Amino acid sequence: MTDLTPTVRDRAVVQHPKLGIRDLFEEMVSGLLGRPGRLILTALGTVLGITALVSTLGLAKTAGNQIVSRFDELSETRIVVSPSENGFGGNESTSSIPWNAEVRLARLNGVVAAGTKSDVDISGALSRSVPVVDPLGINEHQISVIATSGGLLEAVRGSIRTGRYFDNGHSDRADPVVVLGPAAAQRLNIFRLDTQPAIFIGEQSFTVLGIIDDVAREPDLLNAIVMPDGTAREFFGLSAPAEVHIDAQVGATALLANERMTIADSGVESNMVQIALTPDSPDSLRTQASQGYTAVRQDVEGDVNALFVVLGAVSLLVGGLGIANVTLVSVLERTPEIGLRRALGAARRHIAAQFLLESTVTGLLGGIIGASVGVLTIVAVSAVRDWTPVLEGYLPFAAVGLGAVIGLIAGTYPALRAARTEPIAALRSS
Amino acid sequence: MPTKKPAAEVIPEVKERAHKPKSGLPVIELKAVGRTFPGPAPVEAFKPSDLRIDQGEYVSIIGPSGSGKSTLLHLLGLLDRPTTGNYLLDGIDTGALGDNARAGLRGSRIGFVFQSFHLLHHRSVLENVELAQIYNRMPRKERKQRAINALERVGLSHRLNFTPRTLSGGERQRVAVARALVSEPSLLLADEPTGNLDTEMSRDIMAVFDDLHRGGLTLAVITHDLDVSRRAERQVQIIDGQLHEK
Repeated sequence: MTDLTPTVRDRAVVQHPKLGIRDLFEEMVSGLLGRPGRLILTALGTVLGITALVSTLGLAKTAGNQIVSRFDELSETRIVVSPSENGFGGNESTSSIPWNAEVRLARLNGVVAAGTKSDVDISGALSRSVPVVDPLGINEHQISVIATSGGLLEAVRGSIRTGRYFDNGHSDRADPVVVLGPAAAQRLNIFRLDTQPAIFIGEQSFTVLGIIDDVAREPDLLNAIVMPDGTAREFFGLSAPAEVHIDAQVGATALLANERMTIADSGVESNMVQIALTPDSPDSLRTQASQGYTAVRQDVEGDVNALFVVLGAVSLLVGGLGIANVTLVSVLERTPEIGLRRALGAARRHIAAQFLLESTVTGLLGGIIGASVGVLTIVAVSAVRDWTPVLEGYLPFAAVGLGAVIGLIAGTYPALRAARTEPIAALRSS
Repeated sequence: MPTKKPAAEVIPEVKERAHKPKSGLPVIELKAVGRTFPGPAPVEAFKPSDLRIDQGEYVSIIGPSGSGKSTLLHLLGLLDRPTTGNYLLDGIDTGALGDNARAGLRGSRIGFVFQSFHLLHHRSVLENVELAQIYNRMPRKERKQRAINALERVGLSHRLNFTPRTLSGGERQRVAVARALVSEPSLLLADEPTGNLDTEMSRDIMAVFDDLHRGGLTLAVITHDLDVSRRAERQVQIIDGQLHEK
C-alpha cells in the first residue's frame, strides 16, 4: 500500500461488478441482524399469519377427527340386514335369513360379531314370575319377547349384569331358557339368580339364565324377555330370523355392506353380507349401514377448514402487507446505504437481490416460528381438551415455505424500488 | 486480528515515494462535457467544458454553492451522465457504457469520500472498509488484509473492531478514506470532505490527503472552503457551471 498508483491493469478493460452468493448472504445477515428490533417486528406479521393458518388447519383436522371417533365407535360399525321390502319374502314369515346367519357372517373379514334378532309373537300372553295365576293380574305383565342367536349380545355391544347369556347350544336344543333385560327383570321382581328363578310366559315356564346390564344398540332388549332362536321356534313358532345385526371393524362397513360385487356364476350383483347370507337370492335382503359418516366427516372437516383457511389467508395477507410495508420503510430509511453501495460499485440487481433476500429470509423466519407456535397451539389445545392432536405431516413444512414465499412476494416492490433509487438522490438524502 | 503493525511504520515509507515521477497519463478527460437538466425551463447546471486530470495530480475544484460543483462531482463519479460531450476515465469513453459497466468502473477505479461519511453504523470499522471490495471481484482471502492495510495507512489500525458510532468525526472520515483507498482506485473523489468536521479534524484529514498525494494517488477534492482548496497543487474554480483554471 505504499505506492498508490493503481496496480497495473489493462486500462481498456471494464469489469462488470459481481456479488458472490456468500457475500450476498453475509450482507443479508448483517442487514437483518444489524436491526434486530426491526427484524422481529417485520417477522411478527408472518409469524401471526402462519401460526393462525397452521393451528386452525391442525385444529380443524383434530376436531374433525374427534367428531368422527365419537360417531365411529357406535354408528360407523353397525350393519343391520333385514328382508327387503320389495323383493319376495317381504314379511317376517317368509324372511329368507338363515338360522345360521351368525356362523355364515363370522367367516367374513371385518365382522367382529353378528347375531339374529326377531320379535316373537306370543299372541298377547302375559308374563309373570310366580307360578300362581293371580285373578287380579297384579303380578302379570305384558312384556315383549325377543328371540336372538347367541352372538347377538356381543353384536349390540351388550353386557351381562349377572348370570350369563344363552349360547347356540341352548338354541339347538330349544331349551326353555331366557335372559331378561334389566327393566323387564325389575318388573318381574327378579334380581338374583342363586334361587334359580323361572318366569312364565303364558303357561310355559322358562329358566332365567342371566340379566342384561346394558346394550349400546337395540335398546328394546332392555325391556324384553330374550330367548334363543330355537326356543322361540319350538314354543312360539318363529319361522325365520327377522334381522341380522353385525358389529364390524372400523372402516370395514364400506367393504361389507356398501361395496357391490358380482357373483361370477350367476352374475347376481350384491354386497358381501347379503351374498354370504343368501347366496342364491341376495336381493331378497337389504342392508342398512352407515355410509354417511365418512362423508359427514369430510363435510364437517371441509366446512371447518374452509372457514379457517379463509381466516388464515386473511392473517397471512395482513402479515405479507406488514412485511411489504416495513421493508418499504426500511428501503426509504436505508436510501443513503443504497447510494453508498451503488457508489461502491453495486449494480441495481445487487441492491434488488439484497433486499429481496432480506425480506424472503424474514418471511422464512416468520414461517419457522409461526409453524412451531402453530403446532404447539394444536398440542396445547388438544392436551386441554383431551383430544388426539392430528396434523398433516407436510403442513408445518409447507407453512415455512409459504412464509418464505410471502416474504419474497412482499419484498418484490420494495426491492425494485430500492434498485431504482438513483445513487445521487440516495447520497444526497442524508 | 492478524498482524497489527504500528501506523508509524507506514508513513515514513510514504515519504520515500514523495517525489515519484508522474506518468503523465490522463486519468480524467472531459471533452466539451455539459449537463443540462430538462424541465419547463431547462437548467444548464454544468456548461460544456474541458478538464484533464493526470495520474498523481492533486486537484481541488472550488466554487460557491449552486455553482455546479455537485453536478460535476456526479459526472466525474459516474453517478450521472453528461447531456453533451465525452468523458474518458482511464482512457475509457464512459458515454458508451451501460449502467452495469459504469457500476463496475465506479467500484474499481473511483474511491468516494463524502461529506457525511456514509458509514454503516451497525458494522465494524473493518467491515465498513471491506464492504468496498465485495462488488469488484476482489478474492475474499485478500479483502481483510487489504482493509487492514488501508486502515493502517490512515492511522486507524487500533480501531478495527470499533463501530463508527464510537469514533470521532475525524476518525469516521478517515475510515471513509480507507474505504475509498482499499480498491486501489485511479481517482479519489472527495465531496466536501471537511464539511462536517471542526478545524482540527479538518487539518487531520487534509494531512491524510497530503500523504496520499505524496504516495502517488490522484485526488480530486470538491469544496467551497478556500483553506481546503489551497492544499491542492492545482486549483480549478467553478462559477455558474463554468470551469476556470486558477
